[in-house]
Amino acid sequence: MTRSIGRLALRRLAFAVPVLLVVSFALFVLAKASPFDPVERYFGVRIIGASPERVAQLRENWGVDEPVVAQYWAWLRHAVTGDLGDSLSLQQPVSEVIGDRLGWTVLLVSAGFTLALLLGLLLGTFAAWRQGTWLDRLITGGCYALEAAPVFWVGLAVLYVFALQLRWLPGGGVTSGSEPVSAGGVAVHMVLPVAVLAISQAPWFVLFVRQNLLESFTQDHVIGARARGLPDHLVVSGHALRTSLLPFLTLLGARLPELITGALLVETVFSWPGIARATVEAALNVDFALLGALTVMATGVVLLGNLLADVLYSLADPRVALDG
Amino acid sequence: MADLTWRPAPRSRLTAASPPRSPKWRLLPSAAILVLVALTVLVVPLVVELNEQYVDLAVANRPPSAAHLFGTDELGRDVLLRCVYALRVSLTVGLVAAVISAVVGTAVGALAGTVGGWFDRVLMRVVDAIASVPHLLLGIVIVAVLRPSLTAVIISIALTHWLTAARIVRSEVLSLRTRPFIDAAIVGGASRLRVLTRHLLPNVAPQILLATTLMVPHAVWHETALSFLGLGLPPHAASIGNMINDAQRSLLTGGWWMSLAPGLLLIITTLAVSGASGVWRDRLNPKRRTELTW
Repeated sequence: MTRSIGRLALRRLAFAVPVLLVVSFALFVLAKASPFDPVERYFGVRIIGASPERVAQLRENWGVDEPVVAQYWAWLRHAVTGDLGDSLSLQQPVSEVIGDRLGWTVLLVSAGFTLALLLGLLLGTFAAWRQGTWLDRLITGGCYALEAAPVFWVGLAVLYVFALQLRWLPGGGVTSGSEPVSAGGVAVHMVLPVAVLAISQAPWFVLFVRQNLLESFTQDHVIGARARGLPDHLVVSGHALRTSLLPFLTLLGARLPELITGALLVETVFSWPGIARATVEAALNVDFALLGALTVMATGVVLLGNLLADVLYSLADPRVALDG
Repeated sequence: MADLTWRPAPRSRLTAASPPRSPKWRLLPSAAILVLVALTVLVVPLVVELNEQYVDLAVANRPPSAAHLFGTDELGRDVLLRCVYALRVSLTVGLVAAVISAVVGTAVGALAGTVGGWFDRVLMRVVDAIASVPHLLLGIVIVAVLRPSLTAVIISIALTHWLTAARIVRSEVLSLRTRPFIDAAIVGGASRLRVLTRHLLPNVAPQILLATTLMVPHAVWHETALSFLGLGLPPHAASIGNMINDAQRSLLTGGWWMSLAPGLLLIITTLAVSGASGVWRDRLNPKRRTELTW
C-alpha cells in the first residue's frame, strides 16, 4: 500500500518536473517576445544621454542579445541554486521579495481554505439534510449569488460595513499605525480578509457536499442504516457523509488555482502584505524575473496540491487503483 | 434499554434529491433579465444623447437621487449611465473572448481527437500543463507582455479559457469515433477532413455552443478582475472592474453607491446567463442535472 502510494507520488512528480520546465520556458519565450527591452527600461529617459559603449557593455553583461535557449539555461542553472535574479520593479533579489511575502500569503490562504472547508461541510450537510426547506433554499441561493459575485466586490462590501461603518475590525494591512507586528494584532487584522476569502470559496464546497449527500441518501447502506432505526444525525454523519466525501478530496486539489486567484484579489482589497501587490507591480512594470518566478511557484503549488489530493484519495478509498 | 415499544419513524428528512421544479421557473426570469440587459446595453447608447465620460464636478460624490438614480462618482459622472456602458464593454469582451477561446479549443480538441495516438497524448499533456497555471496569473503575464489594452485583455482571456472547450470536444470526438455512422462514412470513402467537418463537428456543435455560453460569465469575471487590478482596460474607459477600482477610494469617505451598482448589475447578469444556460445543459445532458432551487 505505502509502496504503491510512493510510486504514485513519484509518477506525479515525474510529470510535475517537465510541466514546470515547460511553463517556465513558455514564460521565458513570452517575455522575450514582448517588445520590451530590459536595458532600455534600466536607463529610462537617460538612454538618450548614455554613451553607446555603456549601453553595449550592459547588453553584453546582461546577455540580452544571446539566444533564448542560452538565456533560459542560465536562468535555470541559477534558479536551482535558489538565485532567481533581481526584481527590477522592487530593486530587490526575487528570492528576497518572495521570502518576505510568501509567509503572509500562506497564512491567509491556509486560514481561508480551512474556514471555507468547515463552512462547506457544515452548510452543505445542513442544506442536504433539510432539503427543500426555506433554509436549504437560503443556503443554496446564497451560494449561487456568491459564486456570481466578484471576490473583490464582496471584499469591498465587507470592508465598508465592518471596518468603516461599524468599526468592529481593522480594514487593512497587518498592523495598526506604527505598532510592531504581534500575534494578537495580526489575528485581529486577519479576520476580515480570511472571512472574505472563505465565503468566496465556500459556495463550491457547499453545493458539492449537498449534491453528493443527496445522491448518497439513495444508496443501500444509508437506507439500510435508516431501516435499522439509527437516528438521522448518525446516519448523515456516519454513513452518508463518509462515502460522499471521497470525491470531495479531489475537489480540494482542483480548487487550488481558484484559491490562489481569490487570494490575489483579497490581498489587494485589504492591502495584505503578501505576494499580490508584488505580482501586480511586476506586471505593470514588466518585471519578468519576479512575475515569472511567482507564476512558476504558483504552478508548483497547484501540482503539489493535486498530488496531495490523489494520495489522500487513495488512502481513503483502497478500491482506487493506484497505477491506473 | 427500557424503551422497546414500537414507534412510527419520524417523517424522513433523508430523501433523495427531489425532482427539480419545472425549468420554466429558471428559464423565464433569466431570459427576461438577459433580454432587458441586452436591450438596455444596445439601445441606450444609441438613443440617449448623454456622454458617459461627462464630467461635472459640481455634482461630484452625490448619493443616489432622482436626477442620478445610482448617484455620481468622484468626478460627477452618472453611475447608472457608466454602468450601462461598462456592462456593454464587459459583455462584449466576454462574448468575443468566449467565441475565440471556443474556436481555439475546438480546433485543438478536434485535432487531438481525430489524429489520436501520441499526438493526442502530447497535446493533452500540454493542456494539463497550462491548466495547472492559475488562470488569473497566466492572464496577468499575458497582459504584462502585451501591455494593458482591450486587445490584450481579450487575448489574455481567450488564451486561458480554451482548455475546457478543448477537453470537451476531444472527449466527444473520441466517443463519436466509435459510432457506426463514422465507420460507414470512412468505408464510403470519406476523407479525414470530410469526416471531421461533416460528421464529427456537427454532432459536437451543441456541446461547443453550450460550453461557449457557460464561458461568458467566466470571461466577464476575468476581465473585471484584471481591470480591478489596474491591468485591464485603460483607466478612463467605463468597465465594471474599472468602476469598482475607482470606487475603492470613495468607499473610504463613505461613497458606497459607486461600487454597489456595478457589482449588483454584474451579479444579476452573470446569474441570468448561467441560469439560462443551465436549463439548456439539463436538456442536453439530463444525467447531470444542476439542481437549482431558488
